[in-house]
Amino acid sequence: MDLSTGSEYEDFRKEVKQFISQHGEKSPRPGHGSRKEALVWQKLLIDNGYAARTIPKEYGGFGAPPDIIRSRIIAEEFSNKQISNGLGGQGISMLVPVLLEMGSESQKKQFIEQTIKGEIVWCQGYSEPGAGSDLASLTTRAVLDGDEWVINGQKIWTSTAHLADWIFCLVRTEPDKPKHQGISFLLFRMDSPGIEVRPLVDMTGDANFNEVFFTDVRVPKDQIVGERGQGWQVANALLGHERSSLAPPDATQSRLNGVIKMMKQKNFSGERAIDNPVLLDRLMKIQGRVLAMKCNDMRILSARINTNQDARLASMIVKLQGTELRHELEALAIDVMGELGLAYGNNPYIQDMGSWQYQYMYFLGLIIGGGTSQIQKNIISERGLGMPKEPKLEKKG
Amino acid sequence: MEFGLSAEQILLQDQVSRFLKEQVPLESVRKVAEGKETDKGVWSNLANLGIPGILIKEKHGGLGLTLLDAAVVAENLGYNVTPSPFLSTAVIAPIVLQLANKREDVLSAISAGEKRVGIAFSQAIQPQHESGIQLDGAIIEGRLLFAIDSDADYYLVADEQKAIYIVDVTSGGLEVSPLATVEKTRSTAELSFSRVKAEKISDDREVFHQAWNAALVVMAADTLGASQSALDQAVTYAGQREQFNRVIASFQAVKHMCAEMAAHLEPCRAMVWYSAHAFDEIPAEATMMACHTKAHLSEVGQFVTRTATEVHGGMGFTDLVGLHYWFKRAGFNRQMLGSPELLRKRAATSQNLCA
Ligand SMILES: Cc1cc2nc3c(=O)[nH]c(=O)nc-3n(C[C@H](O)[C@H](O)[C@H](O)COP(=O)(O)OP(=O)(O)OC[C@H]3O[C@@H](n4cnc5c(N)ncnc54)[C@H](O)[C@@H]3O)c2cc1C
Repeated sequence: MDLSTGSEYEDFRKEVKQFISQHGEKSPRPGHGSRKEALVWQKLLIDNGYAARTIPKEYGGFGAPPDIIRSRIIAEEFSNKQISNGLGGQGISMLVPVLLEMGSESQKKQFIEQTIKGEIVWCQGYSEPGAGSDLASLTTRAVLDGDEWVINGQKIWTSTAHLADWIFCLVRTEPDKPKHQGISFLLFRMDSPGIEVRPLVDMTGDANFNEVFFTDVRVPKDQIVGERGQGWQVANALLGHERSSLAPPDATQSRLNGVIKMMKQKNFSGERAIDNPVLLDRLMKIQGRVLAMKCNDMRILSARINTNQDARLASMIVKLQGTELRHELEALAIDVMGELGLAYGNNPYIQDMGSWQYQYMYFLGLIIGGGTSQIQKNIISERGLGMPKEPKLEKKG
Repeated sequence: MEFGLSAEQILLQDQVSRFLKEQVPLESVRKVAEGKETDKGVWSNLANLGIPGILIKEKHGGLGLTLLDAAVVAENLGYNVTPSPFLSTAVIAPIVLQLANKREDVLSAISAGEKRVGIAFSQAIQPQHESGIQLDGAIIEGRLLFAIDSDADYYLVADEQKAIYIVDVTSGGLEVSPLATVEKTRSTAELSFSRVKAEKISDDREVFHQAWNAALVVMAADTLGASQSALDQAVTYAGQREQFNRVIASFQAVKHMCAEMAAHLEPCRAMVWYSAHAFDEIPAEATMMACHTKAHLSEVGQFVTRTATEVHGGMGFTDLVGLHYWFKRAGFNRQMLGSPELLRKRAATSQNLCA
């Protein structure tokens, strides 16, 4: 066990702290501020190496060599001070890593820089009404007509499709091949003729996701990542990036700090919640679990640097445990507030802008999205514990 | 940066694990549990590996290793439900005696595997309704329940003020009566004192708290091992047992029970390592981590050992398979030296969240 990171890293931490104290107030706060402010902040972060840190300079990144500890220090300091660590979203956190790994040179040049700067917003067109957990059964068709793909079909639960400039989309190009071998990964503009986006309101009351309909949408032939029929491999590489990013322990820790602060400072029912032994015990139970996940995260991080260490199972459980834990943590804060915990929308007594209710619901969404908890358990038991796969049923009809 | 066990610790782990698998299989555990043998044979074999002196400085014949090393050993003892006085004799006693700079003779005797030291801390942790001791100088009067180890040569006794005394079992006026519990791989006793002459070891609360913290981490490690074994046994059994013409491991309900066990248990490994390391190197976090780790492992251990039993169906409930030894091992670690609620309260106090 050697948790020292060396003096060069301590110097680096000082640099990050200094940056935050100098520029932190320009950070857009969640739910506030204009898109323009967010883009300006993003550019400042990239120029200083705090966002898009390891993305090569030629693609608009900061071009630093991969250094997990430095990335970790940045994440810690930004989350401690609750400063925005830049733009997220499916383009930046999922598509860019995949393009770097599997995209053609011209795709990298065309998309990465604009994506990390927030100039292209992406959405992820995977799920369909008939293909959620069983994603590989998707039926949206793409047929080659001369130099163009012609796309027909429907996607659903497509987050941010109403805001997106482009979509990365799974389509069936080889209907005669077995289901996993007939899928391709296409990129196209959301303002292409033949695309209709219908917002779907979710339980938070916002329309965070959408239905997306394709009618004879024409897409240039070369806007494909990987080979024709290899979309499943590309999609899977990307799901790995998605699952590891859904419930990072640093964010959970900073929400926990928020609950503790509320329980110490506010008086909702004649006593501070922290002085109520039942609520204190619930808080401590959750803190114990957060600590376990933070330790687990250090182990995963360490295994990335030290290739002799094995943290595969430790990584596999993160999406399942992290999203469930976060949901329960948000629920605790609501219980602490009692009736006030219900306040939402324009309620004048609302606490923390209603973020506890919002996140409580949002994380139920994340328990389902990105592969449900049940699908995670299938993966853990089969790939983690080596248990047999479900016996396959004969196809109907 | 390297978060994990060192090469030497992995070696220690392999060595202890191999020894226990070969020398203390379940049949041997049963003999001790059924009272046909004592754990003395196991302990003297472990003494050949230096285990009793793992935390004792080399000048007293020990190995002079860290709490993380002790946690590695404890995990293996839990994995194999090994009967032994490791917690009291090799962890708590050496920490107390070395911090207090007392009784080098006892430290050397522990290292050599010749003497064992029991622990009676319950009054200092949570005064019990039915018992208690009074001190008159260094003369003890009264009764303490659930002292760890009924076969000890000495006992370390703590009073409500967390002062610690040592008594020799041969002293006049001390009666040691074994107390049966569900867990038969480790023993507990009632100590009755009628004007027993003791020697004060420490009245520094810090000594008590450090020894307690170390004990919590080691008990959590024991539960980690016990739970890991229960999960491994469940996965193996599920892969062999057939019902409805298929192995039960192919039923999703069974797979999900196993996945849930793994999902709860896997982060505990990193947590145990970190709290042992915090005890050794990061004193500011040591108390909070030790309390949380034992409390959290108690919850996870309860869930895992119960669920693993369910995966075994009726067989899991029999003495034949013996899975209950793991269930009870985790149960003992949960109750002793602070229940989860008590420890979570202490974790809160250590962060100034409550009095
Ligand atoms: C907030 C949110 C955002 C999303 N964003 C996007 C997005 O941007 N792009 C996108 O493409 N998709 C997105 N999705 C869709 C998401 O990926 C799917 O909802 C998810 O994969 C589940 O599919 P489904 O909804 O069809 O549920 P179903 O697959 O119908 O599942 C219903 C229930 O059956 C269970 N079940 C299904 N199969 C199995 C099995 N083999 N074993 C055990 N249980 C099973 C599930 O666990 C679940 O409990 C989003 C979803 C949410 C909630």
